[in-house]
Amino acid sequence: MTDELVLEMRGITKKFPGIVANDDVSLDVRKGEVHALLGENGAGKSTLMNILYGLYKPDEGQLLLQGKPAVFGSAKDAIQAGIGMVHQHFMLIPVMTVAENIVLGNEPVRDGVLLDERGAEERVRELSKQYGLAVDPTALIADITVGQQQRVAILKALYRGAEILILDEPTAVLTPQEATELFGIVRSLRADGKSIIFISHKLNEVLEIADRITVLRRGKKVATVSREGATEESLARAMVGRDVLLRVDKPPAEAGEPLLQVDDLHVFDDRGIEKVRGVSFAVRAGEIVGIAGVDGNGQSELIDAIAGLRKIESGTIELAGRTLEHATAREMLDAGLGHIPEDRQVRGLVLEFTIAENIALHDYAEPPDAKWGWLFPKKLVERARTLIREFDVRGGGPLSRAGTLSGGNQQKVVVAREIARDPRVLIAAQPTRGLDVGAIEFLHRRLVDERAEGRAILLVSLELDEILSLSDRILVLYEGELVGEHGADVSEEEIGLEMLGGRRTAA
Amino acid sequence: MAEQDDAPTVAGRLALAQRAGGAAGPVLTAVFALLLGGFVVLATGANPLSTYRAIFDGSGLNWLFPWVSGSARSFAATNLQQTLLLTTALVLCGLAVSVGFRCGLFNIGGQGQYIVGSIFALWIGSSFVTMNGPLHVVLAIAAATLTGAAYAGIAGLLKAITGAHEVISTIMLNWIAVWVGSWLVGQGGALQSHANGASVPISSAVAPATHLHVFWGNPVLQGLDVGFFFALAALVVYAVLLNRTTLGFELRAVGFNPEAARYAGIAVARTYVKTMAIAGAFAGLAGAIDVLGWEFQLGVTDIQTSQIGFIAIAVAVLGRNRALGVFFSALLFGALLTGTSTRNLDATVFRPDLAGNLTLIIQGLVVLFVGADVLMLWLWNRRRRLRVAT
Repeated sequence: MTDELVLEMRGITKKFPGIVANDDVSLDVRKGEVHALLGENGAGKSTLMNILYGLYKPDEGQLLLQGKPAVFGSAKDAIQAGIGMVHQHFMLIPVMTVAENIVLGNEPVRDGVLLDERGAEERVRELSKQYGLAVDPTALIADITVGQQQRVAILKALYRGAEILILDEPTAVLTPQEATELFGIVRSLRADGKSIIFISHKLNEVLEIADRITVLRRGKKVATVSREGATEESLARAMVGRDVLLRVDKPPAEAGEPLLQVDDLHVFDDRGIEKVRGVSFAVRAGEIVGIAGVDGNGQSELIDAIAGLRKIESGTIELAGRTLEHATAREMLDAGLGHIPEDRQVRGLVLEFTIAENIALHDYAEPPDAKWGWLFPKKLVERARTLIREFDVRGGGPLSRAGTLSGGNQQKVVVAREIARDPRVLIAAQPTRGLDVGAIEFLHRRLVDERAEGRAILLVSLELDEILSLSDRILVLYEGELVGEHGADVSEEEIGLEMLGGRRTAA
Repeated sequence: MAEQDDAPTVAGRLALAQRAGGAAGPVLTAVFALLLGGFVVLATGANPLSTYRAIFDGSGLNWLFPWVSGSARSFAATNLQQTLLLTTALVLCGLAVSVGFRCGLFNIGGQGQYIVGSIFALWIGSSFVTMNGPLHVVLAIAAATLTGAAYAGIAGLLKAITGAHEVISTIMLNWIAVWVGSWLVGQGGALQSHANGASVPISSAVAPATHLHVFWGNPVLQGLDVGFFFALAALVVYAVLLNRTTLGFELRAVGFNPEAARYAGIAVARTYVKTMAIAGAFAGLAGAIDVLGWEFQLGVTDIQTSQIGFIAIAVAVLGRNRALGVFFSALLFGALLTGTSTRNLDATVFRPDLAGNLTLIIQGLVVLFVGADVLMLWLWNRRRRLRVAT
């Protein structure tokens, strides 16, 4: 790292109706530096980067590249100026090859009009060798792993001549192993003199990879600090504005009778592929059982089957002592299941509905919400008001639309609804996905509280940290089978290995 | 999930814009459609202003102005009665489309459901002539409403059971209704009238006792009948159903987000069937009211040329599927249809043979512009920005 500044953003202000997304934010990036941009959701990270990438125009402020003022009218201008961005969703075309995707938009041609495929593949090979990013140029995007797709996205930016590379929450979609590999790639890019802006809200990875860290909070820059001397606690405080409890404090579980028993469950997905293959386990009252696994190993199908949302091919599910066969979602809910679905915006909430309506989404047809098919909107609002207070939902009242809330508050609405029904068994699928530190802290504490209430909690998460810090027992799901069962004291590496199918400790 | 961290979500922003704009979007849409329609008028060599003035007068809406008096006033009254007769059918069919939209269904079958309703009203009304009058009316209306519901319910069932898209199935059901209806009232059909000899493809008339009471205007000259109040009542029923019943709650939840509804334990497929049935009930009722209110008998051409169910799509879209919106857009289209009819538009102002097409053009533009909702919102916001700047 040198002290040469490749990028300066000075006094950037960007307003949206009713919100100041960036308020006088300044950021400078040196050549050959990994600069982390840290902040909660809604802190203004994405807006700032979208301004840098030419997608938004700032209302005030100045952009300097290599000391010279620059104005970007579009992403095209930014790309030409040597700025590359790897979005969280990679924006690759699945039916095209790696090489085709990389050169797309700037294709080498032969005979004036035809795509020079050989040339493209050659260029991709050179690039991948130069930066140590191993990819097969001829493979189809649809056939490669998410980690490899990310490399393709990075290569695409490099192919276009990026000197400053923006990585938007790059580890959100990766397994621990893939994340480690990504960090290796980032380091080699840095060694090559590239500057990397690393957007994240995960404290540990920021401390691992960044040279300097800029923290944003509610649109304002809090500080830029160098990694030396920064701790998770200090960064969390800067991010949230108060001390945050990073580790979940919980007494050992006092597990009671089994409330959820799954026996030899087989479930198929929509395409008729068997995604859950003979899974058996039990969750007892007062314990949290975590299911770890890489995305797509049957988690969704397992949860949906338990929740009555997907047909069970064979096997049985017992809920609070009752065996439920081919139960509908409604029957499962009535039998005592609470379900925090994995995608709150798609499955958990009707975003266009008010908070009150969302809270009533299960019980709208029962007194006091309704009688003989007649709905009492005032009762809905009353109930919502109580729960909004209890669960500390901020940013709106009972009549605000759920879609206008922040992610954390949306999730609080879902959790409030599910817990208010007093379920015996609670499924929490990716309960903190995309949430910020403060909201994660709240939800984790709440789950532990609910455990103390004697509920049986099934936690499914792609975040290994979350599984490890909350669960009393951990099950590892790999290709639809449980390949490992552990106590709370297992190490991340052991589980990581099982998640990738490298080992099995359970039948 | 870090996309658009800072800005409110898209849904949130749209909600905001809708609240801010309120009626602005639909009104702008209508204004733009009329404006572009004006250019079409201009292209034909006529004066858009005087043409629109003539259409306005032709629709009878000038009756609302107290200074219109004498014979102009009684002429306006007759025209307004025509406009409101069309408004009645458009409100009911518009609701049939709207209720579908609110549940995420595109009901193109309003036309077929309307025809089925009118055929059943015709059948009941022209049979059982010795029956007690009021009972006869109730029976005819009930039959039309229920069969309309059942007919639309077929599309709902097909979607629920096989996943067949309602757009395809309702279009097909439209054709079935048109041709079965044509056959019934056509030559040799079960409902054909034999009063004029067997060669005229027209049905018998409904019994005079089943005619709906005309409360404004001359009953012989298609005055306005009490069916208009049925339409107004239906608007209230619609609003109450959606907002104050558990069925409405389910319907809206499924319409906004079927996945979340399913996760919440709502039977999505069943809700589709119920919604289609409700839609068909509105359209079937429209058919009954038209038959008992002013048509009294149906010919093959009546069945084959009716467009009410299709114009109703524009009505619903422009009215944003809300009760009040549906009323005003039904009134707009009712007025346009009446105002541009060859009977009302002065040939010296605008060629009458082009006038009917003008309504179609405006109707098309409305659908097009509403599709370009974003454009309208953008223009709306731009207007605000300009105002701030000045």
